[in-house]
Amino acid sequence: MSRWVIKGLQTGVVTTRYPSGEETTPGISPGLPQAMPSYDGDTRTLIARCPTGALHRADGRVVVESRRCLHCYRCSRGIAKPISWDSGFEWASIREGSAALPATFRRSIYIRVVDAGDCGACLNETRLLNNPFYNMHRLGFFITPTPRKADILLVVGPVTDHMKTALSKAYDAMPTPKRVMAVGTCALSGGIFGPGFVTGAGVSDLLPVDVEIPGCPPPPLTILHGLLVLAGRKSASQSTKPVSAHVNEEGGIR
Amino acid sequence: MKIQEIANQAKVFWTDVEVAVADSSLTLEFRCKPKEVAGLCDWLFNQQNYHFSGLVVEENAIWELHYLFVGQGEMGRIRVSTVAPLQECRFPSVSVAVHAADWHEREAEDLFGLVFEGHPSMGDFILHDDVWQEGVAPMRSRFDPVSALANRKPRHDWRPKRVVDVPGAFVMPIGPVFSGTEESVHFQLETIGEEVLRAFPRLFFKYRSVEKIAEGRSIDDVILLAERFSGTTAFSHALAFSMAIEQLSEVDVPERAQVLRCFFAELERLRNHLGTIDGICSSTGLAVATSQTAILEEEALRLAGFLAGHRYLFGLAVPGGLSRDFDNQSLRESITRAKGIVRSLDEIEKLLIDTSSFLDRIEEVGIIGKQQARDYGLVGPVARASGYCNDLREIQPYAAYDACTFDIPRESEGDGYARLRVLLSETKQSLRIMEQAVAHLPDGPVFTKSKATAGVGLAGVETPRGATWHWVRLDEEGRLKRYRLITPSFTNWHGFHLAAENFAFQDFPIILATFGLSVAENDR
Ligand code: SF4
Repeated sequence: MSRWVIKGLQTGVVTTRYPSGEETTPGISPGLPQAMPSYDGDTRTLIARCPTGALHRADGRVVVESRRCLHCYRCSRGIAKPISWDSGFEWASIREGSAALPATFRRSIYIRVVDAGDCGACLNETRLLNNPFYNMHRLGFFITPTPRKADILLVVGPVTDHMKTALSKAYDAMPTPKRVMAVGTCALSGGIFGPGFVTGAGVSDLLPVDVEIPGCPPPPLTILHGLLVLAGRKSASQSTKPVSAHVNEEGGIR
Repeated sequence: MKIQEIANQAKVFWTDVEVAVADSSLTLEFRCKPKEVAGLCDWLFNQQNYHFSGLVVEENAIWELHYLFVGQGEMGRIRVSTVAPLQECRFPSVSVAVHAADWHEREAEDLFGLVFEGHPSMGDFILHDDVWQEGVAPMRSRFDPVSALANRKPRHDWRPKRVVDVPGAFVMPIGPVFSGTEESVHFQLETIGEEVLRAFPRLFFKYRSVEKIAEGRSIDDVILLAERFSGTTAFSHALAFSMAIEQLSEVDVPERAQVLRCFFAELERLRNHLGTIDGICSSTGLAVATSQTAILEEEALRLAGFLAGHRYLFGLAVPGGLSRDFDNQSLRESITRAKGIVRSLDEIEKLLIDTSSFLDRIEEVGIIGKQQARDYGLVGPVARASGYCNDLREIQPYAAYDACTFDIPRESEGDGYARLRVLLSETKQSLRIMEQAVAHLPDGPVFTKSKATAGVGLAGVETPRGATWHWVRLDEEGRLKRYRLITPSFTNWHGFHLAAENFAFQDFPIILATFGLSVAENDR
């Protein structure tokens, strides 16, 4: 047993400096395409490359609806003028009318994770928050198996037909105040799977979503950013807000 | 025996059987009448030692059923195919003789409304009976989702079948939502108290109808699905789909791309195995080992992210090659990093096999025998831990695997410890392949443009969890008419109950972890 202790001590501290410091290690995030105030290539070609309609155009500007982005890289690879790429990870946005949890909660927050049909990647990135690199316990976040103890419902996946009941039950069993965090493109919009006959168009079909985490999958630090937003310890991203607020049906800006 | 000799023998036994070349001389199609399918499959599986890999059902102008078999090297691949008019919905069950076909036939019953006569247990499977009535058959072309949803008649009183019938026995249900960050799946633990006698998974809570969504879509759309229905093995599945499409376009994928495909497939295997090993350590409550392996898993993810931009290698494999090239310097650098990961894992391994409290938990737990593994057609590390080996990289090499030297680790005990040892050894072999790939990486492009023509493409890839088969039928407009996904998790979940018999309740998470299965990959 003691050899394990030594092994553990030898490893030292690997934990990220985020949120108090910066984290820029390569490979921590897949990045996200970024809105471009001026794009000097052919905007039409660029927009047509996106398979999910995440790119829109407005007077020479290119805007990105990050909640639809699948990280397919078609707007950045194999194209003469690639879109600019945000290599950060603070992408969690808060829905209008939603707020962080009350201040009394902020040092110890319990999270109930529900897999509503994810592909395994979003869930894996969520699981990695317990990894020594991220160690969310140090920030007072804990995953709980019982909804009755939970403050945050973290949902991954587009919400499949078969998971609707279990998801609603988990939400109903949680005490108030509670918050819902939708993690990943599928949970935000149904992704490439929904809406369909057995797949929903994301969590907001069923539950009131407070915080949205874009990404396919969002890296652990983005999920952590979302938790910190709900804890009132970080401000939400403005750039990943749903573009639909400003974009009309034809894809033009209002 | 060579595939041609087997074909000749078959023609002697079954005079009606027609043999046709499918896509190459190593893939034959045995065409027969529905009533002969079971006998022919039985013969291939039980006499000729073919591995059963799956069933493809297609509703074209007529029913087409293809039972897929694969053998070692020159035994090649065989499809036993049969047709019937669409009004004919009854077929004799093959699974009576080839048990590995069991779940495939249940799936076809649920999704196409076919009846397999003689099959012992039809009913609740993919579409849950407490949510849907029988006979919905969503994969039928006449299926209308609007009226299906409007006329939904769930059976709220539906209860799963009980298997154990002894006094005092009761069922302990687990899931679909259970501890921590597990995928959604339900288990019926049939128990008499301390000891669990049988445990059966009830899957498909995550059924997203991927095969249905793919219908009528373009290749560019479907590769997104191929990559994202099982995100933890995205590269392998995107590769399998790309290879199936490449068969239809007769494109020569550049050498460099083929070698890099091996490199990234092995990086994915390494990362996936680290995750599974981490799960095993965590299931036994070994805290330091868990965090140590977790560190390595994250390092492998960062390595993929640093190199390819995406931690799970999304957007990389495409029909015709890869979506981008890599400079040799960063590839060499990544070998150094991968070596570091495997070296650290080695140290952890040494400590693990010295920790008797750990070994006590995983030894002789969840045993699957070799014969059972074969009967169920199990694949991947789970099968190899039971001494049953059918690694596609070896028996039907693709990409650049025939130019690589590597071992395929196998064990014979078939218990949790054997599965762990196979995983540990495979990480070393993956590194070995990655090193060879980078050392012998040819120059040149990584992508050839091509156009696929109408027809059927079928490709098999050894994913980290075992063999997957992607069947693609493309129509004249270049859209998918049928996309059939045979996945290793589907295959191995079928055999999971074999490992979960007569065990102590606290061993359940350990048995589960040593299988390292994905629910998303199963449910599709
Ligand atoms: S990376 Fe995102 S924004 Fe760019 S083309 Fe793909 S889905 Fe669209």
